[in-house]
Amino acid sequence: MSAQPFFELWVYLAATPLAGLTLTLVAYAVAWKCYQRTAMHPIANPVLVSVALIVAVLWASGTRYQTYFDGAQFVHFLLGPAVVGLAVPLAREWGSVRKLALPIAVSLVVGSTVALVSTVALAHALGATPATLLSLAPKSVTAPIAMGIAQKIGGVPALAAVFAVTTGVIGAALGKYVLDACRVRDWRARGFALGLAAHGIGTARAFQVNADAGTYASIAFALHGFIAAVLFPLGYALLVRGA
Amino acid sequence: MSDVLSGFTWLLVFQCAGEALVRLAGLPIPGPVAGMALLFVALLLRGKAPGALAAAAGGLGQHLSLLFVPAGVGVMMYVGQVAAEWLPILVALVVSTVLSIAATALTFSWLVRRQRDAQAQDRT
Repeated sequence: MSAQPFFELWVYLAATPLAGLTLTLVAYAVAWKCYQRTAMHPIANPVLVSVALIVAVLWASGTRYQTYFDGAQFVHFLLGPAVVGLAVPLAREWGSVRKLALPIAVSLVVGSTVALVSTVALAHALGATPATLLSLAPKSVTAPIAMGIAQKIGGVPALAAVFAVTTGVIGAALGKYVLDACRVRDWRARGFALGLAAHGIGTARAFQVNADAGTYASIAFALHGFIAAVLFPLGYALLVRGA
Repeated sequence: MSDVLSGFTWLLVFQCAGEALVRLAGLPIPGPVAGMALLFVALLLRGKAPGALAAAAGGLGQHLSLLFVPAGVGVMMYVGQVAAEWLPILVALVVSTVLSIAATALTFSWLVRRQRDAQAQDRT
């Protein structure tokens, strides 16, 4: 039997949105199994494993990212409603959040400033090009918001999304070790730090470890996205006008 | 209409409202963020999230990591640029993420402890 019909079938399927969508969900299911097998080891982060699997399949089959994204966009689209949905845990926990208004507000400003300044300073000192620098700047903010910010300040939106996802994976993978080294045991503080520095991916990790950590991570994730979306473009406009 | 479906519809309605608000008022924030703010205000006014909305938001929240996968795969488009500038990119991402986790967690736990001690002192 010749391989021709299978090749034609593959060519047909690879060009439909069905293939990209199915590949995304299957890769995630495999990645999730790995994550559970390793007792949720932070390094076996499901986003990292899924992306690695998908990139390997796309490369091996010579499929372009654009073709893959035609299908995967249906998953990507859900980031919008997911961001809107963050209002639910925030409103539910508003009573306890209000009592911790001062720690939340101060650590939000401190964390956001450290994330932004250290990124820009390090990238600049090591000779990153302006396009890379401006795409790196919003890296601790969730991907859809980082893309919006990058667009406003002159970075590359798709590159900003990649950096944001990478940051999320790094934060989710290293967070436990950093927090243990800092001897922070309060689940609220641990969650808040993960959500602030590693947005949705850190928040997902926090929810998997502890419910309180998850709630405070989603608060940090939502608030950081919100203030960064408002302040980064304003700050950049002021800097550019001042220079 | 099923619970999750009506909850999901509400999320989309608020996202649309957010997009409309951003465009009409010329705000510098992304539409979903404005939608989140609108939903937050609506929920505070209403007092409690309807079960359907909580179910839809919770469902999306549970699989939050899945939603970042398509954007992450985009790394394959920028292999050249990332490889050319791998050192500043890697150092900035790793060091800055570690620093911001540490700074945020230490600030938060220090302020919570201070607040608790101050309240304990008030009571005595």
